[in-house]
Amino acid sequence: MTFEESERLETVPPSGIRRFFEIAEEYDDVISLGVGEPDFAPPWAARDAAIASLEQGKTSYTANRGMRELRERLSTHAAEKYGLTYDPDDEILVTTGVSEAVDLAFRAFLNPGDSVAIAQPCYVSYVPGAQLAGAEVVDVPTREADDFKLTGEVLDASGAAEADLLVMCYPNNPTGATMTKAELEPVAEFAREHDLLVLSDEVYADLTYDHEHTSIATLPGMRERTVVFNGFSKAYAMTGLRLGYAMAPPEAIEAMNRIHQYTMLSAPTTAQHAAVEALDNCDPDVAEMREQYDRRRKFLLSRFEDIGIDCFRAAGAFYAFPECPWDDSAAFAEALIEEERVAVVPGDVFGAGGEGHLRVSYATGLSQLKEAIDRVESFVG
Amino acid sequence: MSSREAVLDLLRENARYSTDDIARMTDLTAEEVEATIEALEDDGVIRAYQAVVDVEKTEPERVRASVELNVTLDRETGYDDIAERLAKFPEVKTLRLVSGDFDFAMEVEGDSMSEVSRFISEQVAPVPEITQTVTHYIMETYKDRGVEFGDGHDDDRLSISP
Repeated sequence: MTFEESERLETVPPSGIRRFFEIAEEYDDVISLGVGEPDFAPPWAARDAAIASLEQGKTSYTANRGMRELRERLSTHAAEKYGLTYDPDDEILVTTGVSEAVDLAFRAFLNPGDSVAIAQPCYVSYVPGAQLAGAEVVDVPTREADDFKLTGEVLDASGAAEADLLVMCYPNNPTGATMTKAELEPVAEFAREHDLLVLSDEVYADLTYDHEHTSIATLPGMRERTVVFNGFSKAYAMTGLRLGYAMAPPEAIEAMNRIHQYTMLSAPTTAQHAAVEALDNCDPDVAEMREQYDRRRKFLLSRFEDIGIDCFRAAGAFYAFPECPWDDSAAFAEALIEEERVAVVPGDVFGAGGEGHLRVSYATGLSQLKEAIDRVESFVG
Repeated sequence: MSSREAVLDLLRENARYSTDDIARMTDLTAEEVEATIEALEDDGVIRAYQAVVDVEKTEPERVRASVELNVTLDRETGYDDIAERLAKFPEVKTLRLVSGDFDFAMEVEGDSMSEVSRFISEQVAPVPEITQTVTHYIMETYKDRGVEFGDGHDDDRLSISP
């Protein structure tokens, strides 16, 4: 017996982001605009609640689905903020980050050979997650001409009609694209018409700037076919605390929980205590961080315009996705680190439709952001 | 948020942001930003622009004290009259009427403890309406006007992450 990779794992390529991480790590004076997590610490009240829970020895497993008091608050939060109604008893599952929840959904609902339409460019774990569940991936490349929104036209053209499941993430990593209610309607219609389940990753929902966030699950006929994902990593800056959740009809949550109870048992208890406090008392902290991101976003988009880098008006998350001044975005990103010590991520690592673009994160303080853009200007100027 | 609030917010965060950068962050034109700042100044909303200084690192180091003052009022003398008189002293850096056990909270600054003590005993205490002074010398500043004075936290995030 040898450690030969399983045939299933062999379908999964190594992460394209890893190479850029290694290049950036070679230098110690790099300003990184390549980071996919907030530069803020979690709200102090939430950290303090986590510390207090540790002092009190509250470190046992929780219910598989997550602490009852957390699920109740999540239910209220989703209702008040996004008009989503989910029963804390059997329609919410607390997970170890959104990544776990997405993986659970793939494994719970896909059979080998099923087909998964994935709106791209997208977060790097959806494609491997679907492949590890034995599914075939249908690339649905969104277009810069549509500001990287998912449209009925793109869905039609990609062959998504034949798929069993659609994965989408708005506000989007890596593009910063968002979708309004009106823009979601054709997508919902497509899902209903072709009887698709929808996995909607809305972890950046609270970081939507130019309009209100709408969850696709609030559109007619969508609640019963959608799993909504959200978590505490982005808006609450709690990445390393690893806490996400899924909201869906009871039969979906029951299926996902059956895998979760064996593989994870329960999400981190300390993080759940922090999350309860975050939902109770940290709205002002979230608003303040959001305000900071929004300023940086406007600053960045305005500087891009001035130095002649084309970029659509990204309205969510903390990313801009400008056109790369060179044809080869990987070569550009590499040269930018080497010459100017500024790290960005080439768009192609985020899948179909990403080539020719760069993901520029503004989860970085304004002074650093200014310095980085000055360096980009001198590099392309 | 109105443009007035947005501009004020940014200047309170960093009074050295350039007009151009404020314009970028607020979707205003540079001219609109200038006009907004001018109006804020004219209306007395913005009183001044000053640096937040860690006096422990200045040469020579300055001594600061916060002083609690109790006063007695009479028909001719109100809080405003006393405050006006105290505020004239250049040693007095802040002066506020507060609720609670004492009336005024005052912050004074000088070159040495003896200079500050002398100022309190010779200039402040003799004011007829002042009945009591309690002086607290500031030993260490951890946070001033929202700015933490620690070493700050290193950015320990991975330089590139998905």
